[in-house]
Amino acid sequence: MEFTHVLFLAFAALAVVAAFNIILQRNPIYCAIGLIVVLCALAGLFLTLHAQFIAAIQIIVYAGAIMVLFVFVIMLLNVREEESKTDRQKILKVIAVPLFLALLAEVFVVIRLVNNSPPAIASAADNTNPAASLGSVESIATAMFTTYVLPFEATSVLILMAIVGAMLLARKNSKDDFERIEQALTLENDETEQAMQADAEKSKEEVAA
Amino acid sequence: MVPLSWYLALSAVLFTIGVVGVIIQRNVIVLFMCVELMLNAVNLTLVSFSRYLGDITGQLFVFIVMAVAAAEAAVGLAIIISLFRNRETLNVDEADLLKL
Amino acid sequence: MSSLLNSIDFQYVIGALVKIVVFWLLIMMIVAYTVYAERRVLAVIQNRLGPNRVGWQGLLQPFADLIKFIFKEDIIPLSVNKWLYLIAPVVVLVPAMMVLIVYPFGPENVPMPFGAEISSAINWLGSAIGFDWNIKIDTIDLHVTNFNIGLLYVFALTSLGVYGIVIAGWSSNSKYSLLGGLRSSAQMISYELALSLSVIAVVIQAGTLDLVKIVDQQSGAWFGFIPKWNILGLFPAGLIAFIVYLVSAIAETNRVPFDLPEAETELVAGFHTEYSALKFALFFMAEYVNMMTVSVLATSLFLGGWNGPFVSDFKWLGPVYFLLKVFFFLFLYIWIRGTLPRFRYDQLMNFGWKILLPTAIFNIVLASIIGIIFL
Repeated sequence: MEFTHVLFLAFAALAVVAAFNIILQRNPIYCAIGLIVVLCALAGLFLTLHAQFIAAIQIIVYAGAIMVLFVFVIMLLNVREEESKTDRQKILKVIAVPLFLALLAEVFVVIRLVNNSPPAIASAADNTNPAASLGSVESIATAMFTTYVLPFEATSVLILMAIVGAMLLARKNSKDDFERIEQALTLENDETEQAMQADAEKSKEEVAA
Repeated sequence: MVPLSWYLALSAVLFTIGVVGVIIQRNVIVLFMCVELMLNAVNLTLVSFSRYLGDITGQLFVFIVMAVAAAEAAVGLAIIISLFRNRETLNVDEADLLKL
Repeated sequence: MSSLLNSIDFQYVIGALVKIVVFWLLIMMIVAYTVYAERRVLAVIQNRLGPNRVGWQGLLQPFADLIKFIFKEDIIPLSVNKWLYLIAPVVVLVPAMMVLIVYPFGPENVPMPFGAEISSAINWLGSAIGFDWNIKIDTIDLHVTNFNIGLLYVFALTSLGVYGIVIAGWSSNSKYSLLGGLRSSAQMISYELALSLSVIAVVIQAGTLDLVKIVDQQSGAWFGFIPKWNILGLFPAGLIAFIVYLVSAIAETNRVPFDLPEAETELVAGFHTEYSALKFALFFMAEYVNMMTVSVLATSLFLGGWNGPFVSDFKWLGPVYFLLKVFFFLFLYIWIRGTLPRFRYDQLMNFGWKILLPTAIFNIVLASIIGIIFL
């Protein structure tokens, strides 16, 4: 029993409890808080794996930017409780539990089969020279800007596309277009329904006659 | 030293919880959060393999997954906002305009 | 369990705990007297007297305020979401406080006065309760700890602080609080970008994210008389970075002229409208600790931290210079509050996204080009 084991168990328990919180809560803001706790616990686990840079980025990007966006949208739309459940959901709930157990069992069997966990490379955690250890800012930067420079550039293009797409989608006047489409659709629906009703009445009259 | 299989097991549990969340929750935002949870479970696997194999590539994958998640969150939340403007609901079962 | 106890480095752990307590008390005193100084300086600017009744020149005013906060009635409004309402002030304050372990107050290996006597006393105490500590305090480092992602650690924690404000605004179930929380989260996301991008000009010069090493690298002088501070390095990139940092830091801490989230003339008090007594005091404290944090960062990133004349001869001068520079920034905050009017909300967003952020990005390019040529 080392100190890392204690840390691992504590963070793992926190992550699992908070993850269950996400899927069992009805109020979206509680779900968001659960996810934030999971992300922070995962950052702690990354630290036990000596991935310092990823741990910091996890908090800054995930917890500090993406989740703030989620919470912001939940507040903006001001959704409190989920509305009435539909029938479909009850069936799904019945399916979900055995599916959960089956997936879990499968994964554990696979892990058990390949359980010859390799010893960690000793040089990965160099305490005397932290800059040289695996997961430091220096080592990640070296890899990112030499071997993996093309994926890095592709990511930046992706983010640019996301910015443009988000602006296009959230623009105010796009509502008008949607409304027009919707009106057209409902009109069509109404017309067909009216026509069907008229047909039904006609057939009734014919039957009566 | 914590064995590699512990990290893999935790990651599997988190991923499964994410899958179940996608199945039983009906709120779009919460569904989205469950997808993020699954991404994070995979990230944990990548980082632990990176550590145990002594190869930095896994951590770079995590970096790129995070960038993709950020882009996905921006676009996805924009879609959710425009959905809410039009349908006044966040329930995925009621967003069935294409079904007629 | 015994192997767990043996694996702990007592010299490090006890030293860190003692330093955390001492630095925490120091920060609390500075925060308390910043509030007092703010009221007195604003009074001078506005041609009033300010609080001068409790003690000589009102110097005991912070303690009177604290006692007042403790003994006031703690109201929890009926329609709030109770659990979130209670947790919000804690979520604001805890990340703000956690940053203090990387504050670089002074240089490393400072000779400790009475070091031998203190260490023998601690060892005697340890042997009395059955531990063989064997602690030596001849020299101390004037920071709790330093690690090679120090700067990222600070940014990570400051980005977590926004949750407390958002949760407070949402859980209060009041329109003023909700508007304040929304404004605050939008503002903090927008200005955090410019804040973190402006720092890159410093990182290019220092080549590290460790705050202690960044300050170390700024010792010495160019041509023998110009201090080798990062604000003057890579000229003019360092200067532009400093200005961008300062503006976005003021916005990040929700202070005048960017105090839209708590604009009292339009939103009553913003996100903390429904809070009273000690919970309000926690928000108040968190705001001032955050001011302290950005001042400490500005000092150690741009103004050379503890560096100054004669520090290498007498190392205890380091923390004095450091605190003087931090006090200068805190004074700047108060001065700006007394001088400038508040922005309009659309002006704030336009300024952040259309002026500050492009400037910061352009500055990175500029700093990289100058760095490639001269470093």
